[in-house]
Amino acid sequence: MSTTDVGSTLPSAKPQKGRHSSKPIVKLKSTGGKKKPSKIQRREGRWAYTFISPFYIMFLIFGMAPILYSVYIAFFTWDPLDATHQYVGLQNFRDLWHDSLFWMSLRNTFSIWILSTLPQMLMALGLASILRNPKLRGRVFWQTVLLVPNITSAIAIAVVFGQLFGRDFGLINIVRGYLGMSQINWIEGTISSHIAIATMITWRWVGYNALIFLASMNAISRDLYESASLDGANRLQQFFYVTLPQLKNTITFMLVVGTIGGLQVFGEPATLGGSFDGGDNHQFSTLTLYLFKQVKDNFAYGMASAIGIAITIIVAIISAFNFFLTRRISGDES
Amino acid sequence: MTTAVASPITKTKRIKKRRKGMSPFSYITLGIVAFLSFFPFYWMFIVASNSAEEITKVPPSLKPGTNFMHEFHAVLEAVPFGRNLFNTVLVGVVVALSQVFFSSLAGFAFAKLEFRGRKFLVLFVVGTMMLPSQLGIVPLFMLINKFNWADDLKALIVPALVTAFGVFWMRQVIDSQIPNELLEAASIDGASVMRIYRSIIVPAILPSAFVLGLFSFLATWNDYLWPLLVLNDPNKYTVQVAINQLNTQAYGIDYNIVMAGSFMATAPLLLLFVFVGRRLVGGVMEGAVKG
Repeated sequence: MSTTDVGSTLPSAKPQKGRHSSKPIVKLKSTGGKKKPSKIQRREGRWAYTFISPFYIMFLIFGMAPILYSVYIAFFTWDPLDATHQYVGLQNFRDLWHDSLFWMSLRNTFSIWILSTLPQMLMALGLASILRNPKLRGRVFWQTVLLVPNITSAIAIAVVFGQLFGRDFGLINIVRGYLGMSQINWIEGTISSHIAIATMITWRWVGYNALIFLASMNAISRDLYESASLDGANRLQQFFYVTLPQLKNTITFMLVVGTIGGLQVFGEPATLGGSFDGGDNHQFSTLTLYLFKQVKDNFAYGMASAIGIAITIIVAIISAFNFFLTRRISGDES
Repeated sequence: MTTAVASPITKTKRIKKRRKGMSPFSYITLGIVAFLSFFPFYWMFIVASNSAEEITKVPPSLKPGTNFMHEFHAVLEAVPFGRNLFNTVLVGVVVALSQVFFSSLAGFAFAKLEFRGRKFLVLFVVGTMMLPSQLGIVPLFMLINKFNWADDLKALIVPALVTAFGVFWMRQVIDSQIPNELLEAASIDGASVMRIYRSIIVPAILPSAFVLGLFSFLATWNDYLWPLLVLNDPNKYTVQVAINQLNTQAYGIDYNIVMAGSFMATAPLLLLFVFVGRRLVGGVMEGAVKG
């Protein structure tokens, strides 16, 4: 495929010519400050817009339009099998507010999110601290091993862990039996099923996060450690007073990304329960699972859209809170 | 190291600390983590290759059995797995190639070309990454139905042709890997934007583009939320939907078959990982520093 095909087949946003007459539309970005006027002809200014337009066109059709439409149909009872869609105002949101299953799903989602996020962050920090030790042998090997769990799907892994956490023949209960501990009906219990799901999430992501921490740690200047050690800081103090503050941005980033991912948890509970119910008593139903239930089992598209909007609002609130919190704790943002 | 002339005291101190840090405890921890990382895959195969009796006795068998071919055939009877595998590879490859191509173009424009609204448009890309995918999923599903793409692999491919993540990734790569002086020199010599893209950008970013392609391929292979929604015809399933089907159908409790399916859906990725694992590690860490 020749690269020039793209320019001709994809509609490009038109650059606003008139307002740019004084300077070249396109010039190569220079960081030095002293910019030479580029020799690139103005006609080629359109290339920039042509290059970025595929993304925007695709986003407009498959991202933006559905989102706006989603807000629209959230105000209707919208059954795909029934052509008449009734406008009901805020009724879907009111129903959701009084829907105990929605609140239960919200609680479950939060519970799973906390159970998976906190241990995961701590373990990832610990692993990264081990991996950054210059004396470690076979670092590349260990790094690669850490990423192995991340390449599998939540579904495949939920199948395995679902079996491992099984009541009668699950390996975990068998081992507990040998250790003289009681058998736990992991999947039937509320917190125990959350622990099982959080374990799957942690297993999949802890190595990935450790690598991110490791990369950020490697980027910290050696001088900071030198001077800390000159001031008599021991290894632990160095970790708390040098490493952690320097990882502030990384931790914020991971919390925000982790929140967005954590509030969308779906594959693990769906596979563990084998349905969109989230267990016999909905004990591990999550928000996304509930959204799917409305679409696939109840054909309530308006309600499903309302749930989608609710998820977005919750994500926005928590992201803002995360951002605010890390700013407050660490002073000014760099 | 810049502080080669540090006082001997700090030097010995540091060496002592390093020694202290490298206790066997670190290796034991890593060893345990490595074991835990591999065990679920191993267990998948154990269950997939043993009879139900071997797995449900106490203690269960911890050795691979001889039953795998039997379970393999059982999977093939339940779902057209070969077809599903082909679908998955097809979608993954097309999406990966397309994402690399479109993302590198947009990334080039965002990193090296100046145009009206560049800053705002970059922020816009980052902003779209923050939106949870559920927000528009219902209307997107309706849209796909309107296009008559339900039960069509187009439903998986077209919306994923170019993503904000890929564009942002490529912008970061091109911004950091290609010196502006090189591009300025080329443009002074009369090279067109297209020429610069082809002759300078593409060769320089190939390794990073490969990693982005791998990530896209893996993400597509493992995606289940969207495929689960739009695919109802078993012949159109991807492997994840196939596993889900094995797990929810009449085979709900037959762990041997479900695990055999999971193993068959995972083994190709493990094999791929043997060859590209190090590149992926590099990609994750590179992205972390820039992000």
